[in-house]
Order: sequence, then C-alpha cells, then structure tokens
Amino acid sequence: MKDLVSAAYEAFRDELLGHGLLISMGVDGLYGRSGTFEHVVERLNAAISGVGDPDGPEVMRFPPGLGRLQLEKSGYVRNFPHLAGTVASFAGSDHDHAALLGRLSKGEDWTDMQRPTEVALTPAACYGVYPTIASRGPLAATGALVDVYTWCFRHEPSIDPARMQMFRQREHVRIGTREQVSSFRTLWLDRAQALVGSLELPATIEVASDPFFGRAGKLLSASQREESLKFELLVPIVAEAPRTACVSFNDHRDLFGRAWAIQTETGETAHTACVGFGVERLTLALFRHHGFIVADWPDRVRHVLGL
Amino acid sequence: MSSPLKVRIRTVLKNAGSLQNGVDALPDDADLHAAGLTSHATVSLMLALEEMFDIEFPDRLLGRLTFSSIDAIARALIEIGVQDEAA
Repeated sequence: MKDLVSAAYEAFRDELLGHGLLISMGVDGLYGRSGTFEHVVERLNAAISGVGDPDGPEVMRFPPGLGRLQLEKSGYVRNFPHLAGTVASFAGSDHDHAALLGRLSKGEDWTDMQRPTEVALTPAACYGVYPTIASRGPLAATGALVDVYTWCFRHEPSIDPARMQMFRQREHVRIGTREQVSSFRTLWLDRAQALVGSLELPATIEVASDPFFGRAGKLLSASQREESLKFELLVPIVAEAPRTACVSFNDHRDLFGRAWAIQTETGETAHTACVGFGVERLTLALFRHHGFIVADWPDRVRHVLGL
Repeated sequence: MSSPLKVRIRTVLKNAGSLQNGVDALPDDADLHAAGLTSHATVSLMLALEEMFDIEFPDRLLGRLTFSSIDAIARALIEIGVQDEAA
C-alpha cells in the first residue's frame, strides 16, 4: 500500500515538473513555481480576499522569519521540535575562515562552523500576529481580526509534492473572547466549504490533530481530537487516501493568549483561532482535478477565479 | 478514605498538575480537566506518573479520559500492572 502511494506521489510530481508548473531544486519539498502556477495562486488569494475582506480585517504581511525567542515563547519548539527550523550563519574570525576554506576545498562538511542567529523560520503564518497584537495592550470590545499571508517552513522532506518544506499560508486570525473566536471558526467552516465547492473540488471536513512530537505528542494529539480543537478540509490530490489537508480551522483556546499575555477588554485572557488556506495545496488540487492546462478547466471554476 | 495508590497519585498531581485551587479538596472522582488540568499539564502529569511508578503508558491509554480523575488514573495504573497495596 505504502509503495503504491509513494509511486503515485512520484508520478504526480513528475507530471508537475514535466508540465513546468513546478521547478526542481534538488531537495525534496523545495520547488520553484512557474508563472502559470503563481497566477493560479494569486487568483486563489484574490478569491479568499473576496470572502474575507467584507469583515474588514487588518492586513499584516511578515517575512518568512521570526525571532528565535518568539518561536520559543509560542510553544512551537516544545511541541514540534522536529519541524522547527532556525537560521545559522558563519560568525568566526579570519583564522576560522581559513579553516572553512580548507574544508570547502576538500569537499568536507562545514556546517558545524555555523552558529545560530536570532532568526527562526516561520512555521505558520499567524505566529507573527500574536506578539504584535499583545504589544498594543488590551483588546477593544470587538477583539482583533487579522489577514496574514506568509511563507512557512516545516522540516518534513517528502516526495509528495503537496507536502512542501517551504510553502505559503493565507490566514485569517481572530483574537477575542471565547464566543467571538468560536463564531469566527463556525463562519469560516461554512465559507471555506462554499469556496472550495465553487472550485469543483471534492472536499470533506474532518476533526484533525497537529503532528506533536513524541509520546507526549500522542497525548496532546488525542486531547486535541477529543476536544475538536482542529478541523481540516481534506481534498484527495494524489489518491483517495491519504487525502490532503488544504484548509485548517484551529481553536487555540487561550494558548497564545497566555503565552503573550493578550487581554480582552474586560481583562480576561484572550482566546484565539485561525483559518489557514494552504494555497499551494489548493493550486495542486486544481491542477489534479481539472487538468494541467488552465484553459481547459471548467468555465465555472475559471469564472470564480477570474482566470 | 483513599487507597494508598490514590494517595500516591495525589502526591504526583500536587507536583505536576499545576492546579490553581490545589488537590486536597478534590474528591477521587472529580473531573481534573474541569478543575483546570490543561493539556500541557496532562503531559507533565503523565511523565511524572511514569517516573513515580516506573511504568510506561501504552499508546491506547494516551488520551484525556485516562487522566480525567484520580479514580481514572488509578484504574489505568492497575490495568497496566501497578499494585494497589490496600487491595
């Protein structure tokens, strides 16, 4: 079974590379994108804006990195040490540089000559939002609503083209009372299903969990499922199973509210939730279900996307 | 009157559960999650119980229900072979 799935991943990846939609970079999960691929990504983003803009979210765009301490404070290193990435750089003397050159000329490993910098790679688009909102002081009665779009990194090399190591997430993030956060998630569950349905992609919503590390992670995943804190919108991309999560709906409860001391107007710890669209995954799903030539896609789908 | 096993569970819970209102007033069947046991505190509790009783919870017991009350924890521990001296 596993070999069949692996073969299907490879076949789909080769088709995408063959059509020039993705560009190989020699590392599993790291790809360049063609103009056609990017155009679809842009139109998808515009469609998501069309749904979310009437709410008047504050737009924030962050680089694909955040402070290493922010990653730590958010709990990511504790929960997902196997997925986290930090940036390292050479910081030695001229003497060290000479040693580095020596190793390079001999084709030896040089990576231990790098030291960690203050920069970590962003694991999810919303991570920049919480410290920003926290720094402004207590929330207004209406809470906060933010639209973010960022390149993310997760260290999970795979031949599945839908499991990239570097990819983009378009998110709407809600910060406020438990009730505000809960109604936000319900609203977006409906909206995302309607949007993906209008793209004529077969989708189901299921309770899900995050890939927490280790045995402690098994307990956290089980708790997350039992409390229905995470839902995913799944689309079959490579095969009927396993299907691919293209949108996720996350109720963080007061996890980030506590981590960043975000307070509601009445002084309670704020709750947060986010809805995240995996724009590359949705784009791959479109190419999978409607074909590699955009001009051949169903008229209705092209109309929704303005293609 | 709590069994010796449940007394030991209470000791672990006091140290690892991070319960704001303490453990003493909680009956053995009280809902620990309702009493403020967060998911991360549940992980700390699991690890502390494993250390105290020198056991490892099998995957099938790694869920909220296992750690939902002192009674539930005692049942899980007995199920995986921990002896309750009073029994």
